[in-house]
Amino acid sequence: MKLKYAVQALALAGVVVVAQSAHAQLVKIDGSSTVYPISEAVAEEFQKAKKGAIKVTVGISGTGGGFKKFCRGETDVSDASRPISAREMKACGEAGIKYIELPVAFDALTVVINPKNTWIKELKVEELKKMWEPGAQGKVTTWNQVNPAWPNAPLKLFGPGADSGTFDYFTDAINGKEKASRGDFTASEDDNVLVQGVSRDVNALGYFGLAYYVENKDKLMAAPIVNKGASKAVAPSLETVMDGSYQPLARPIFIYVSDRSMNRPEVKEFIEYYLRHAPTLVKEVGYVPLSAQHYSQALKNFSSKKLGTGFGGKNEVGVRVEELLAREGKL
Amino acid sequence: MPNARDLVAIRALIASHKRWDMLFGVVGLVALMIGVLTFVALFADMAIDGIPRLNWDFLTSFPSRKPAQAGILSAWVGTALVMLVTAFFAVPLGVAAGLYLEEYAPKNWMTDIIEINITNLAGVPSIVYGLLALGLFVYQFGLGHSVLAAGLTLALLILPVVIVATREAIRSIPQGIREGAYALGGTQWQVCKDHIIPYSMPGILTGVIIGMARAIGETAPIITIGALTFIAFLPAPPLKLEPPFVSFDWLFSGFTVMPIQMFNWTSRPEAAFLQNAAAAGFVLVIMTLAMNGFAIYLRYRLRKNIKW
Repeated sequence: MKLKYAVQALALAGVVVVAQSAHAQLVKIDGSSTVYPISEAVAEEFQKAKKGAIKVTVGISGTGGGFKKFCRGETDVSDASRPISAREMKACGEAGIKYIELPVAFDALTVVINPKNTWIKELKVEELKKMWEPGAQGKVTTWNQVNPAWPNAPLKLFGPGADSGTFDYFTDAINGKEKASRGDFTASEDDNVLVQGVSRDVNALGYFGLAYYVENKDKLMAAPIVNKGASKAVAPSLETVMDGSYQPLARPIFIYVSDRSMNRPEVKEFIEYYLRHAPTLVKEVGYVPLSAQHYSQALKNFSSKKLGTGFGGKNEVGVRVEELLAREGKL
Repeated sequence: MPNARDLVAIRALIASHKRWDMLFGVVGLVALMIGVLTFVALFADMAIDGIPRLNWDFLTSFPSRKPAQAGILSAWVGTALVMLVTAFFAVPLGVAAGLYLEEYAPKNWMTDIIEINITNLAGVPSIVYGLLALGLFVYQFGLGHSVLAAGLTLALLILPVVIVATREAIRSIPQGIREGAYALGGTQWQVCKDHIIPYSMPGILTGVIIGMARAIGETAPIITIGALTFIAFLPAPPLKLEPPFVSFDWLFSGFTVMPIQMFNWTSRPEAAFLQNAAAAGFVLVIMTLAMNGFAIYLRYRLRKNIKW
């Protein structure tokens, strides 16, 4: 029958694939999509440097999904755009998984407006709160309702969907409570949709990660932010995020390494490579690197196996990295 | 005179029927065009964005943070392997189940219930299969986040489609063929083996095409069972130089598939990654067409062998 030829053809296709074999060592990473580009870049360079002797895989299952796998011992490293939560600490504890928390970069949120917008020179955190708090839903619909000096024009809001870590952090930093937000804005999990939305409407305002603003500088304007209690507005940039003056919309993002995996030479080597090459690679993928001292302190913490999280199970707005790295770790 | 009047009335009647005829033709054409033009527009848009990016390097490179160096090697190999596993399990299982239900099973309320269930299964959202597979294949059976687990998941997903198609194909075989074979003393298995299966094969293949085309584009269940996003090596080859020469390690390897790679690229800030996504989409459509083309060719060859 002709089917026989089909089977033969498939078998032949199999022969063609014969190439590499040798059993290589494997480092498994999973977790946040925010941290993913950094881990991908490091994995790519590391594998090139090792000429394939150590393999690295990176998955995306979200910070929460990543910790689920991590606390079951399925992965060596977990990417996280927020600190480990109390519940996840408990799950890891029950499974006997200890870990080390390493900040690897800053993720800065940018509030963007249309370049034709003439009335916004700076935005106070209080003003952002007036626009975005849950109570504003259906009530705050024009710009002059937020600040009487602004025009009586419709306020068109754009932001990420409720499943994203960016949404969690923005609502925490601005509205004071995670996930507390008005619901009547244009939400999309695809940040490119938000870029388009704001770039096409003079009355629009939106927020997303700094990298998307940097890639679309010609279509958007970033609003300088005045922190609570501060008097000066700070525009988001590499420098202002690194020196900690762009607050409260910048946060460190992390990788967590399991202590069992740490004892494997390939994982140890990978993490050291990660922290040594982060300054260049982080910048390359559009994020803001930590300072050189931060990375060397993180390396020290790693080699001395300083286990546990510095957060104790809840998120904090405006945490300073050097202070965080010095904190007593909790498991 | 009354004759002429009848003639006028009859002509009017014919004309009115012809109008309806034409009207339906137009409605049908519009309905067809809505589907075809949507596809053509989407495909053209993707091709315009993606084709300039397509070259040999794109097909033979691993993913990268640099859009110009990134490729889809691990993604298309992953998709091909997963589809192989899917077809390997879904087709024999689906055909056997359909054959049993049509030819062997007694017609009673039990088979009715099974029938209704199978039809309903075809409408279950794919993420539900993903969750089931995560619990059953990945953890219970300990297959891990592997090519095998993904292939089995998609096989489950398309099984109802294959079963329903098999049954429809079997039903279209004239009863006389069976009776003739039985009259010559054939057993039930001989009738199935020599007549029912060969004659229904073209119809079954149509079902397989529909099922596989659905499976190749699935993302949700594959992500649920833990497919990777960045993987810069290929699964172990199925053949090796030292005995026993075959290796099934590739079944247990981690993997990624085309839709996941595309999705990842569309969510990147750099515009060049969107181009990569379009190019990957174009390749995925070509892969689907190639797979369907192969099945259609088989169907054509098999139909030629049917001599009644």
